[in-house]
Amino acid sequence: MQRRLTGSASDPRIRARYRRETRFKAYTVTALFVAFAIIVAFFADIISQGYTAFWRTEIQVTLDYNERAERIGRFAINEDLREIVSRGAVRGIPLEIRNNPELAGTTHERWVPVYSRIDQYFKGKEALPPELEQQVLQLKEAGVIRSTFNWAFFTAGDSKLPELAGIFSAAVGSIFVLFVTLMFAFPIGVLSAIYLEEFAPDNKLTQAIEVNINNLAAVPSIIFGLLGLAVFINTFGVPRSSALVGGLTLGLMTLPIIIISTRAALRAVPDPIRLGAFAMGCSRWQVVRDHVLPLSLPGILTGTIIGLAQAMGETAPLIIVGMIAYIPEAPSSIFESATVLPAQVFTWASEPRKAFMEKTAAGIIVLLAILLTLNATAVLLRRKFERRW
Amino acid sequence: METELKNTPTTAAETQSMADNTGEQTMGGKAVPEVKMQAEDLNLWYGDTQALHSINLEMYAREVTALIGPSGCGKSTFLRCLNRMNDLIPQVRLEGRVSLDGEDIYDHSVDVVQLRTFVGMVFQKPNPFPKSIYENIAYAPRLHGTGTSRSELDDLVESSLKRAGLWNEVADRLDTPGTELSGGQQQRLCIARAIAVNPEVILMDEPASALDPLATATVEELIHELKDNYTIVIVTHNLQQAARVAGYTAFFHMGKVVEYNDTDTLFTNPREQRTEDYITGRFG
Repeated sequence: MQRRLTGSASDPRIRARYRRETRFKAYTVTALFVAFAIIVAFFADIISQGYTAFWRTEIQVTLDYNERAERIGRFAINEDLREIVSRGAVRGIPLEIRNNPELAGTTHERWVPVYSRIDQYFKGKEALPPELEQQVLQLKEAGVIRSTFNWAFFTAGDSKLPELAGIFSAAVGSIFVLFVTLMFAFPIGVLSAIYLEEFAPDNKLTQAIEVNINNLAAVPSIIFGLLGLAVFINTFGVPRSSALVGGLTLGLMTLPIIIISTRAALRAVPDPIRLGAFAMGCSRWQVVRDHVLPLSLPGILTGTIIGLAQAMGETAPLIIVGMIAYIPEAPSSIFESATVLPAQVFTWASEPRKAFMEKTAAGIIVLLAILLTLNATAVLLRRKFERRW
Repeated sequence: METELKNTPTTAAETQSMADNTGEQTMGGKAVPEVKMQAEDLNLWYGDTQALHSINLEMYAREVTALIGPSGCGKSTFLRCLNRMNDLIPQVRLEGRVSLDGEDIYDHSVDVVQLRTFVGMVFQKPNPFPKSIYENIAYAPRLHGTGTSRSELDDLVESSLKRAGLWNEVADRLDTPGTELSGGQQQRLCIARAIAVNPEVILMDEPASALDPLATATVEELIHELKDNYTIVIVTHNLQQAARVAGYTAFFHMGKVVEYNDTDTLFTNPREQRTEDYITGRFG
């Protein structure tokens, strides 16, 4: 029997072909490996830098609400501990006493945060002068220094004292800003897309609008900040630094994303559905409301979430409208000064003190966790409602 | 002469003389029924391309009229003129007259939405709404206010499904999505959906071409039953199908009606050479 199917191994042309194929495959695998390695390195670095911020060192002290502490909180602490206890932990004492005079003269056992340098020392990040080191090690030995979960990081606003700084005010700011962005960009974006896709005649004007919307999505975000400054702050007098102006500015940026994704979602609804509805005697609005919109809603929501996630991570345009700011108190309305999570990260990153480094990394972790959650929601939504025609 | 034809039943002789006048339509001595829809000197352009050339066609009440012809001959375009679906295409320009019971459907006072409740349509590919079977049928009556209470709608859904011959297959699962039915069932659902609006004319654009032979047979049977109550205009590529379901057949070629006659005559004794060539498979 003549074997015709096995001889190719010796054919040089075929061998060369296999070699090329193997080589090309190796390139692709290497590229993937590099990309993956970068991501892993990035996450590993951020997490290893940041996880310590979720813990803080506390010391058990006796607070003595004596006469001197009525004026300066620090005097409530035993003299030799004054370099160890955080200033921030005791600075509220005079106010406390003024509000509640019965406290004067009493003493309290309390766990309070330590000064950030000492906190950093216990996290192995900073060295202490030998005497101080000796002292804190003795205190640790004595069991009056402990490490606990840093709830304050999530419940406190920004502070100039690293041991007290938290992301709460920035998180509230982000929520307000996103709320404004959503309220502004979602209705305008979806309605514009519906008009362009379902109602607009196909003429030069609508084509020009279309091209411009697509271009808008590619405009550098800082330009939107300038636009926000010029339009919202200078022309309409929206309060500077407020969540309102930030939200509107980011809304301008999110608008083209929502319009484009909504149009894609509308276009994905097959024409026979529209024709069927028209043939039943539906008006155009009824076709859109009863058939096209329900079918494209998951796609619209997915696009909106992705747009919002992008807005949430945006910092550049907010610099211009004054939202990169030191905001220790969470805003209580969209008209008050606010900052947002990425801006908070930016503020911390520019702090010279080492203790803010872990805050920066922790802020990034929180931001990334929120963004991943948003994107995962978008993916799940798309999966769940994806329809094949 | 032509306007008289609209509502008065005419005798064979009258028809013959009328047919002689127009020179186009000979109904083989059969009694010609009432004209339901009529196209007169209908011309249509897509942009600069003329797709229909002075079409004159009468569609008779409670009859099936088949439109046959090779691809691109204008038969589907003509069908879509009958419920003004062509309005949805921006570049379409139309001249001439199409009437329903003598009323010009292109008159500027005509409400397209209203027209489409009189002239329903079934498409080539079954296109049930991605809603439940019940909703597919109840949707339009609710929209048009012809069925409002739940019990009215229940009855309407049942009767429409029964007329479409689908009731026995789906009665126990009206809540399942219409898109989960088989192709043939979906098409009958679309027919039921069209019936629910209580139209007088049903247009069908190759309703069986996406179906398997068995489902096709069921749909054809259904068309046969529906013609007792509705005027049906059907576009088909399948000549046997036209021969089976249609009482009258029009042969379209290059945007013109080459020949229009009762189906038997057209298929057995075509007047035009082109018709004969087409039905014997020499082109198309």
